[in-house]
Amino acid sequence: MIGLYSPGTSFIHRAPTLLKLFLLSLCVVMIGTSPDLRIVGAAASGVVLLFLIARVPVRAAAAQIAPILLILLVAVPIQGLLSGWTVAALMAGRLLVAVALAALFTMTTTVTAVLEAFQTLLRPFRRFIDADRVGLLVALTIRCIPLVADIVREVLEARTARGTQGSLVSIAVPVVVRSLYAADALGEALIARGLDD
Amino acid sequence: MSIIRFEEVGHSFGDRTVLREVNLSLTEHRIGIVGANGSGKSTLVRMINGLVTPTSGTVTVDALNVARHARDVRRKVGFIFTNPDNQIVMPTVQEDVAFTLRRRGLSPAEISTRTAAALEQFGLSGHAEHPAHRLSGGQKQLLALAAVLVAQPATIVADEPTTLLDARNARRIGELLQTLPQQVIVVTHHLHLVEEFDRVIVIEEGEVVADGAPAQSLATYRALLQ
Repeated sequence: MIGLYSPGTSFIHRAPTLLKLFLLSLCVVMIGTSPDLRIVGAAASGVVLLFLIARVPVRAAAAQIAPILLILLVAVPIQGLLSGWTVAALMAGRLLVAVALAALFTMTTTVTAVLEAFQTLLRPFRRFIDADRVGLLVALTIRCIPLVADIVREVLEARTARGTQGSLVSIAVPVVVRSLYAADALGEALIARGLDD
Repeated sequence: MSIIRFEEVGHSFGDRTVLREVNLSLTEHRIGIVGANGSGKSTLVRMINGLVTPTSGTVTVDALNVARHARDVRRKVGFIFTNPDNQIVMPTVQEDVAFTLRRRGLSPAEISTRTAAALEQFGLSGHAEHPAHRLSGGQKQLLALAAVLVAQPATIVADEPTTLLDARNARRIGELLQTLPQQVIVVTHHLHLVEEFDRVIVIEEGEVVADGAPAQSLATYRALLQ
């Protein structure tokens, strides 16, 4: 979800997150259990239409869907030879529609909106779970991915600059140590921003 | 302006004494704090926000003892860290600024209005939906400032806010700090940043060795560096 959101004003962007999540789940279940290739084909056309309405950049959308195409490149021939080409087409169609719908959700929904939706879902369980804390935990997890990626990149660059080809431990130790320092600093920043309220 | 008082404040990490019997009353609009690495200046300003608790003495902000009322004090005192990467909590620029306000229980409409205004003030409107980690170093520090100022604190404490920035971005952040209506306390190694301030304090080995007008204090500090 990091950097995947594509700003826009379409009704898909503006739709309530919980509604989008519900419809996404419903569509994935329906397509996943549909035995009719025509229904899957119609659903695929519908998804293309939704992408056009949402006006998300074609390149960004393609980048979301491309990885599943690589998997299908291997899986479809195997499935076709073992179970028949209709079954293979059905499997490919189902997967493509499901992944494209999930990508559309990600590209039209901000992280904050997703967190708020999860907090709303968790609210009935407030006696057992602090929904706000869970939301913050998820947000911090998402935020820390590029932070740790930067640390790994810098450690690898430092290793290259020093002309060393150390073991995995020589990468892991500085990455872990620096990550712990970053976590400490982030914790301090959270306190400074009033998170202990 | 807030009235910040240090009374007989000392701090030690194990055997190492970082601050010794510091007595200060900070009431001016713009205050600079300079000193060598390890002199204790960062520890000193962290006490204003309650990030560090003194091992002796008391720090008060508007008569509130920071050690006892840290939560209330943090609503008055915003803190800017050296590395903005460590201060950014949410994935996108807009969400990070809004995060500060969401913790204050404001209405979504008010959060949206104030967030947009803060982003506009710091020239980040065009990046509102962008991932925060993809901003440049200068933009990240602007985001950190926006995220703190959106909460409208009475005092801003900045711990070496320009150390990781290039000269252009450092100048930009410096100019911004100069124009803020809030009380501003800046720890820095960039002496030109505090030349126009109302007061400059020099810390050396945990003690205040100069305190007064910038020209006088900076002259003392430059002499110490020789």
